[in-house]
Amino acid sequence: MAKRLDLKDVDIYYGSFQAVDGVTLSIPPNSVTAFIGPSGCGKSTVLRALNRMHEVVPGARVEGEVLLDGEDIYAPNVDPVSVRRTIGMVFQRPNPFPTMSIRDNVVAGLKLQGVKNKKVLDEVAERSLRGANLWNEVKDRLNKPGGSLSGGQQQRLCIARAIAVQPEVLLMDEPCSALDPISTLAIEDLIANLKKQYTIVIVTHNMQQAARVSDQTAFFNLRATGEPGRLVEIGDTEKVFSTPTEKATEDYISGRFG
Amino acid sequence: MTDLPVTGGPAGAGDTGVVRGLPVTATIPEGHVRMPDTGPPPAPPPDEPAGATSSRRGDRLFRWLVTGSGAFVVALIGAIGLFLLVQAIPSVLVDQDNFLLSRNFDTEDPANLRFGILDLLLVTVEVSVFALVLAMPVGLGIALFLTQYAPPRLARPFGYLIDVLAAVPSIIFGLWGILVLAPVLEPVAGWLQAHLGGFFLFAPGNSGIAGATVFTAGIVLAVMILPIITSITREVFERTPRTHVEAALALGATRWEVIRIAVLPFGRSGYISASMLGLGRALGETIALTIILAGVQTPFSGSLFDGGATFASKIALSFAELNNDLSAGAYIAAGLVLFVLTFAVNALARAVIARSGAVA
Repeated sequence: MAKRLDLKDVDIYYGSFQAVDGVTLSIPPNSVTAFIGPSGCGKSTVLRALNRMHEVVPGARVEGEVLLDGEDIYAPNVDPVSVRRTIGMVFQRPNPFPTMSIRDNVVAGLKLQGVKNKKVLDEVAERSLRGANLWNEVKDRLNKPGGSLSGGQQQRLCIARAIAVQPEVLLMDEPCSALDPISTLAIEDLIANLKKQYTIVIVTHNMQQAARVSDQTAFFNLRATGEPGRLVEIGDTEKVFSTPTEKATEDYISGRFG
Repeated sequence: MTDLPVTGGPAGAGDTGVVRGLPVTATIPEGHVRMPDTGPPPAPPPDEPAGATSSRRGDRLFRWLVTGSGAFVVALIGAIGLFLLVQAIPSVLVDQDNFLLSRNFDTEDPANLRFGILDLLLVTVEVSVFALVLAMPVGLGIALFLTQYAPPRLARPFGYLIDVLAAVPSIIFGLWGILVLAPVLEPVAGWLQAHLGGFFLFAPGNSGIAGATVFTAGIVLAVMILPIITSITREVFERTPRTHVEAALALGATRWEVIRIAVLPFGRSGYISASMLGLGRALGETIALTIILAGVQTPFSGSLFDGGATFASKIALSFAELNNDLSAGAYIAAGLVLFVLTFAVNALARAVIARSGAVA
């Protein structure tokens, strides 16, 4: 089910402003890749380019190739909607649909795909909520609004919603930055489990988190203010955190800047 | 902040003095004297020119000012209601007909008043609801187009255009309705009467003048209430949280599906209240309807091709000729019913909004 992603010389522009310059990297299936780097270095932009979410910003465009198991998701005949069905996303702030119940939130994506069978939807809802370690907490109130949960539960609800459509890849944009440490821990445990089934890319500002959850780490940085962001270094997490190749990486992870 | 250097004292006291004395720069010494510090002094004399005191007095003044504004509106509405009641009751008491159920409106002889509001109410409600039924889907469509589909460069001028529509005087709408629109609608009206005449709404009506009907009036009214529905709905849709839109997109929603699962649930109550505001405007619209609707002698049948009069147009047509309080009171009583009707619509809108809000 999980697929690999390859980026080849990806440039990202917002109108005439170049936000990201020449990123080339590979993300193997069933692994967790962490994107770290200071604010504004383009890591979230790169993440959003992986399922074409950046296109909600008018004027945003990508040059280069993003290959999902060898197929370019930017090829002219590819519909961004189908890309996003294959590559799911979890956002910085938990964003359940406020008017929908917990159950309806989870199966929202399936309903979009035209699944109407109540039994199937109920099964998927349970499986996804179990997959997101939320089932035991919400099984008695599946018809309550999604907004009635705590922040950490809402974020796990959003993860359940994202995995309910069985994507190949799961993108997470700072999924714990709005959560307390206990909820963060719950999500990190969950990521380790999800890796068995999905390819996961996570953007995080928390370097301990990157070290805890990821198999490989990519460090992004700017050459200077106003310059586009670029990939400085990517490698096994252990190596990047212990013996980074680049001085900039070492400075960043040791807290000397950023 | 120009007074900062003057204080020169210990940082803590200086800070506090500046903060408390900020609105009136001349109060620093006073602040210093008072600050070392056993809490605020017991209510200083009212004429003391101290910063803290005057800012508190300003606070109190401001509070009375805004409370007064609020109370003023309530008092105003109460006074209007009272005025209507006081003027209307004597006439209703001497009414020879049933005020609520009679279809007559004969006020020629103050000693023998025969009037009731049934036809006025029916015409008013039918023309307004017809207008609302036409305007609601169009307004929703325009709002969705402007917020979700139109390129930003087009959306802004287009939005202004809609707002300009609201600024067109209603007399212009009335003239346009009867002189331009009514002849154009004649064939449509004829077709509807020929093919759907069995249904009471499309039955041949009693309006003697071509196009001077509820049908024409409702369409003109729909155009008139379109701007208010559109612009409020557009503003609500524009405020759809980006996170909801992105959540839908990330699940592989198409543009229409984003609207269905993110934009519409968020904007629904705003759309309903916008429509109710439009209905309120339609209920009270006067001059355009006075021009368009033909006066008729026969009772209102419910057909869109009837003439007739709404509360407002009836009052506008007749009020200038009144020469005694009792006859005038009959019209004021009709106005009172319109007042209550508008209130009821607003209350209903609030109830609807409250209920749909509870789901969220």
